[in-house]
Amino acid sequence: MKRLINLLLPLCGIGMALAVWWAASVAVPDLPSPVRTWDESKLYILEPLAKRGESDQGILLLAYYSLMRVARGFLLGIAIATPLGFLLGVSSTLTKMFDPIMQVLRPISPLAWLPLGLVLFQKSEPAALFAIAVCSMWPTVINTMMGVRAIPQDYWNVAKVLRLSRMTTFTKIIVPATLPYMFTGYRLSLGIAWLVIVASEMLTGTPGVGGFLWQEYNSLVYAHILLAIITIGVVGFALDRLMGMAEARLRAS
Amino acid sequence: MAFLEVRNLSKSFPSPAGARHVLSGVALDVDQGEFVSIVGTMGSGKSTLLSLLAGLTSPDGGTVVLDGKPVTGVRDDAAFVFQNYSLLPWFSALENVRLAVQAAFPNETAAEQTRRATEALERVGLGNALDRKPRQLSGGMRQRVSLARAFATEPRVLFLDEPFGALDALTRDTLQQDLAELCAGRERPVTTVMITNSVEEAILLSDRIVPIVTGPPASLGASIPVELARPRTLAQLAHDEQATHARANVVAALTASMQRRNRSVSATATTALSTTEPVKEAL
Repeated sequence: MKRLINLLLPLCGIGMALAVWWAASVAVPDLPSPVRTWDESKLYILEPLAKRGESDQGILLLAYYSLMRVARGFLLGIAIATPLGFLLGVSSTLTKMFDPIMQVLRPISPLAWLPLGLVLFQKSEPAALFAIAVCSMWPTVINTMMGVRAIPQDYWNVAKVLRLSRMTTFTKIIVPATLPYMFTGYRLSLGIAWLVIVASEMLTGTPGVGGFLWQEYNSLVYAHILLAIITIGVVGFALDRLMGMAEARLRAS
Repeated sequence: MAFLEVRNLSKSFPSPAGARHVLSGVALDVDQGEFVSIVGTMGSGKSTLLSLLAGLTSPDGGTVVLDGKPVTGVRDDAAFVFQNYSLLPWFSALENVRLAVQAAFPNETAAEQTRRATEALERVGLGNALDRKPRQLSGGMRQRVSLARAFATEPRVLFLDEPFGALDALTRDTLQQDLAELCAGRERPVTTVMITNSVEEAILLSDRIVPIVTGPPASLGASIPVELARPRTLAQLAHDEQATHARANVVAALTASMQRRNRSVSATATTALSTTEPVKEAL
C-alpha cells in the first residue's frame, strides 16, 4: 500500500506539471501543448538512434554526443582539480596564495569562458572542453581540499608513529581518507559540466542536445525545444543518480 | 646512564590568555627493559609528556635522551599505542598491522611482512579476524590490533598512552594480562613508558610508578617501586601487602599534589579580593 502511494505521488506531481504546461500552451499560442510536443517529437524518441542528417538525429544519439563531450571536459577538469585540491589541502601557504584567484574564477559563467576558449583554441570542440573543464573543476578542488583538512589528527599520528614515507602517507592515508569528499566533489562537478555543455553547444552549434535545441529554435520547431529541455533534465538526473550510487558504495566499503 | 633520560623538560601551548604552561621541570630516568607507569588525573599533562618522550612533539626546553641519542623525532625502534586505537578504517586488521611492518622492515619480501603481521595478530588471539575491518571489531579487539601493530615492529621502546582507557572494566582486565604476557614473552627486553589514570593498572604492569605532581605546570613526583613477582593477577594484588603499600603511596602522592593545587587556587582567589597583585602573592 505504502509502495503504491510512493509510486502514485510522483505521478500526481508530473500530472500537475503537465496541466500547468497545458494551461500555459493555451495562453501562449506559440508554446506547443504536451500532446502536440509528443506528436512532433515521437519520431526522435521512438527511433532514438536514427541518423537522418547532421543534426536531425534520434534523441539518444544527440544525448550521446553531448555526454561524450561532457565526459571529456569533466575528466579534463577533475584531472586538474584533484591534484590541485590535494595540494591546497596540504599546504596553507598555497591556499593563501590561490584562494583569492579561485574565488574570483569560480562564479564566472560558461558563456563568458567560451569566447576565450575560441580565441585560445580557434576551434569549437576544444573551446567547449575548455569551458566545461574550467567551470566544473571548482567543486572538486574545494571538496578535495576540505577532505584533506578534515583528516583526523589520529591518522596523521599514525603516519608519524609508523614513520611512513610521504608517498605511503599519501596513498595509504590521505587518499583513502579524502575519497568520500572527493566523490562528492565529482558529483557536483559533473552536474555543472552538464549545465555547461548545453550552453557551449548552443553557442558553437556543435551536434548534441544543446545544439539541437538552438537549431530547432531557429527553425521555429518549438516542440523540439521542449523535447530537448526534457532530455537535458532526464539525462542530468540520471547522471546525478549514478554518481550518487557510486558515492554511496564508496562510503559503505 | 639510564636508557631513557629526561631532564628539566618543559612545554607550553599558546592560548588566548597567553601561554599555558603544561609541564615544567620534568625529570625521569628509565632503565633498559623497565616498565614505568606515569599516573595522574585527566588533563594533568600526561599525554603531552608522552608525546614529548616519543618525539611526536618537541619541547620548549629540556632534553630527552634515549639510548645515548637526543630525541628529535619518532625513533625507528619505538612503537606507540593510543587510547583511541588509531586504526585506519579502510584497512583490515592484517593490513593495519602490515602497514607498520612494511615501514619497519622495508627490506623484507611481501610474504615475510605478511607472515610477521599475521603472527603478531595471532599472538593477541586475532588469528581468525585478520580480514575484518576495525568497525567490525569490538573495542577490545581493536586495541588488540593496536597492540599487535606495536609489537609487530619489534620495538625497543614502547609508549602507551592510556591504552585501555576507552574499554569497559572486564575487557580492560583481560587486555592488561595480554599486555603483560606480550612484554614478558620477548627475547629482547622492551622498555615501556605507560600513561594511565588507574593506579591498579599501574601496579599490575609496572616495575615503577611515577605520580604526576598536578599543575599547571605539572612535574613528576618521586617514583614508587613495585617489587612484586610476576606474573601478577588482580586477585592476588587485592590482598598482597607489597601491593597495598605501593597503592597507598601512589594515592597519597596524587592526593597531596591535588590538595596543594586546590589550596593555591583558593589562595589566589582570596588574595585577589584583597590585594592589587594577587598572582605574585599566591606564587
